[in-house]
Amino acid sequence: MIGTLKGMLTTARWLLKRPVTAHYPEQHLPVQERYMGFPALLMDDTADEPFCTGCMVCVRECPTQCMSAQMHDNPKFADGTSHRRKIINEFEINLNRCILCGICVDVCAFDAIEMSYEHELASYARTGSRADLTLLLDLGRRYVDMSGWNPENPEKNVAEVALAKRAAAAAAKAASAGDAAAADEPSEEEE
Amino acid sequence: MTTEQAYDTVDMMLNMGPQHPATHGVFRMVLTVDGERVVDVTPHIGYLHRGSEKLAENESYGQVITLFDRLDYVSNLNNELIFCRAAERLMGIDPPERGQYIRVVLAELNRLASHLLFIGTYAIDLGAMTPIMYGFRERERIQNMFESVTGARMMHNFIRIGGVKEDVPPDFVPRVRALADDVERGVEEVDRLLTFNEVFLARTRGIGVIDVPTALSCGLTGPGLRASGVAYDVRKDYPYEVYPYLSYKVPVGENGDCWDRYYMRVLECYESLSMVRQCLDQMEEGPVMAQMRRIARPPKGEVYVHGENPRGDIGVFLVSDGTDKPYRVKVRPPSFCNLVALRPMMRDAYIADAVAILGSLDIVLGEVDR
Repeated sequence: MIGTLKGMLTTARWLLKRPVTAHYPEQHLPVQERYMGFPALLMDDTADEPFCTGCMVCVRECPTQCMSAQMHDNPKFADGTSHRRKIINEFEINLNRCILCGICVDVCAFDAIEMSYEHELASYARTGSRADLTLLLDLGRRYVDMSGWNPENPEKNVAEVALAKRAAAAAAKAASAGDAAAADEPSEEEE
Repeated sequence: MTTEQAYDTVDMMLNMGPQHPATHGVFRMVLTVDGERVVDVTPHIGYLHRGSEKLAENESYGQVITLFDRLDYVSNLNNELIFCRAAERLMGIDPPERGQYIRVVLAELNRLASHLLFIGTYAIDLGAMTPIMYGFRERERIQNMFESVTGARMMHNFIRIGGVKEDVPPDFVPRVRALADDVERGVEEVDRLLTFNEVFLARTRGIGVIDVPTALSCGLTGPGLRASGVAYDVRKDYPYEVYPYLSYKVPVGENGDCWDRYYMRVLECYESLSMVRQCLDQMEEGPVMAQMRRIARPPKGEVYVHGENPRGDIGVFLVSDGTDKPYRVKVRPPSFCNLVALRPMMRDAYIADAVAILGSLDIVLGEVDR
């Protein structure tokens, strides 16, 4: 009996302390900087098109096969405003299947996909779990705004930089060829 | 009818689970009871079977890590570590020292989180509602730390074959130090609240006693075995990673009852905290990933690697046929093997203690059923 009372007393002493939990719907705890939410596609603003070229590496490497992608010839490559020969046409991620492992981000060589901070995407419709290209790009834009993301490899992937680099290389080549042929036309393609 | 027959009693079958809150998942026990005493118990498993071992045969080595995350889903990093070590052994890779230190820090923090969850849920099993709040508060801190390092709270996919995914954030060391102090205070608090509580002692002392020969013959490992008095710890007996550079004690119990099994885990929390601190002291700058090809393709062969999980001795038997997918992945899950000891522990116990005994084994059904 005395033992029971002693036990109850120990419990009672803890009763007066502050609560330690956050009440979820009213109170959202902030996410950490490296937080991996649902994957999102990123937009190359210098060419006004997504970074994604539809190379299908992420689709193949996904452990749950939650993605599908389709590419087509990039019209902007033809008129010289982009360095991407192919561009994504359709991209769909089944968010129900996605396990947020981040493998797609690891394998992507084009800085096209990134784990965003989104984690509250519940919807009432059954089709609501399917994220299409528009939604994925929206999520990506929100992620860039929140995190200040920058492409890891801009020389290869940002259209403006890549085009400038190519132009410079072409100019250098032309100049060296021109030197050999003693031509006098300087290149003006500097950005 | 003779008098003997008239008073003859019949054993009763009592079904417990699969949807029982005290079984920590979908686990079913069929108890044969004689009055209030348990005569026999038959565990039924397989409700959470996902075929992880078979699935692993169709996934590349990098993808298998995500399956291992989901085996023992409260100590994910320990599971990732064991698979990566198996693949590394097969490929003959030695991860860089910093990578190993990061792995050990994370694995020990995960052990802490797992034990804190055990302490909380065990108290709930026995009718004490408060400790789980404190257990979860500390676990939450650890998981926030994981989130800042790996990007996920539970399914990390952070430990990779050859090292870890990326280096830790720059404020890692001071943050973990502060975390260790906080968690130590929290563990002490729960310890004070629960361990020598009279009601708790009455529910656990001398319940579910298992002696050393029985425990060994059942294949019991981890805190369950150490509670019986065998100082078997894979980290000490078959050292791996950077454990040989750390000094720590292996807590050993005396009676092998539920209280000892509980208390071993509390003591291990303190040891893990000391290990984390030592790792932070010893850690030096350097690479975190070994030089290797992007796609892991171990040579033909087979390997068995084991390590100490929060629940016991986890082993992975990995067979490679030289392709980028494993030929066979066999897991020796500690929870599954510990369940063998359920029958000897439960014999002649009261029905009311069945929950206490099952809880003290700390099974995780994701690992039992795979």
